[in-house]
Amino acid sequence: MFRKLLIIVSTLLLITFNANAGSDGELILKKNQPSEVKDCFEKLNRATFGFNQALDGVLFKPVASVYRVLPSPVKTGVSNSLDNLSNLVTIPNNILQGELKKAGVNTGRFIVNTTIGILGFVDAAKYFGFPDYEKEDYGQSLATMGVGPGCYIVLPVLGPSTVRDAAASLTNFIGGDAWYNVTVNNDTQYFSDFDYYASRVTSGVDFRAKNYDAIDNLEKNSIDFYASVKSLYLQDRQQKILNTNKIIETQDDSDWEEIETQ
Amino acid sequence: MNLKKILIIITLYVLSFNGAYCLEPDIFVQSTVNRASQILSENLSKEEKIKQLKSIAKETVDIRGVGFYSLGSARKNLNDDQISKYSELFEAYFLKSFSSRLAEYTNPEIEVKSKEVLNNNYTIVNSLLIGTSERPEVKIDWRIYTKDPSNPLIRDLIIEGLSLARTQKEEFASILNSNDGDINSLFITLDEFSKSN
Repeated sequence: MFRKLLIIVSTLLLITFNANAGSDGELILKKNQPSEVKDCFEKLNRATFGFNQALDGVLFKPVASVYRVLPSPVKTGVSNSLDNLSNLVTIPNNILQGELKKAGVNTGRFIVNTTIGILGFVDAAKYFGFPDYEKEDYGQSLATMGVGPGCYIVLPVLGPSTVRDAAASLTNFIGGDAWYNVTVNNDTQYFSDFDYYASRVTSGVDFRAKNYDAIDNLEKNSIDFYASVKSLYLQDRQQKILNTNKIIETQDDSDWEEIETQ
Repeated sequence: MNLKKILIIITLYVLSFNGAYCLEPDIFVQSTVNRASQILSENLSKEEKIKQLKSIAKETVDIRGVGFYSLGSARKNLNDDQISKYSELFEAYFLKSFSSRLAEYTNPEIEVKSKEVLNNNYTIVNSLLIGTSERPEVKIDWRIYTKDPSNPLIRDLIIEGLSLARTQKEEFASILNSNDGDINSLFITLDEFSKSN
């Protein structure tokens, strides 16, 4: 496993050296502008999107409608546990992005929440004054190293992504996700494949339940639902890559400047 | 009338002018959401709520500006007749979309937190939609067009950092791209949406 990790780190470093020449904040912002991301496989993407919508209708939406009526403390606890597990991907990515302090904070958060927080069910770290948690993944790490998103793609079941992000997520399955290693790769006898896949499905249901009304509302009021989802996904990725939720940092104000109505 | 009296009158006039006509963007947003919230919490039929929400939107949103923004670079290729037709269709589309989105909520509680002046034309007002047992807390920022300080207008809602105007712009671009840039295809889509139930 250690060897695999070394290979991944070396590969990512090589990519970085190739891509780093022009990788400042402005360039990263420009490369990840939603309007700059090409939809090279639009027909296939729309077909996959249709399949995902059908799957949502028969599986995720009905399950989410039951899940959302559970008592709030249960939902919050499940959500906290899933966030806690995601630290296992966030921490190595903090390191890859050179954010060593954040890696330390998130390691502390993971230890506190797994122990005092009863396997992450309670966000105990929050009560100890830890800063808000920001998820990181291998796609974001590649982006901060200057790698562009490539084409927009819609993955079956998993939904919207880009070529860069989809390729980077494979890192999770070759050693980059400690939770996958101890479950599916059977690095220990305490967990099984079921634990991993159950956590992934629960994560999907949790997301669907949290956004239940918003997704329904968006679908009902969109004239091109596929294009709306694509735009929202790419805006969200751009923000996560820049670690900001401020529109003024991601939106070019000149878009608005020439529109005079007063 | 001596010069002193004239100066006092001018000063009072200027003071009263500023006080009466300059509406701070954060106060404008809070007052707008309070009005909408009151309508949503009243015991009215959905149709009546939608009617009243549309009336608020007409007063407080720069529908024409949002419409041109949503059209992107395609707006430069329109003739006067097309601009006029588009403005009419967009207003009907926008009011229906906006009011039916809002009408789903019952008594939403929004607190204005702060504001950030970007330049003379724009201020971003930051607010928070208070969470409930069914819905998490949501950050909502408002892009307010302040070129005329006496008549601020909403140009965009940014929900958790995601711009609705930008999403709409990319939606319109997608429809135009799928139809070789034919503006009539967008007109038909907007018209069909406005007339649908």
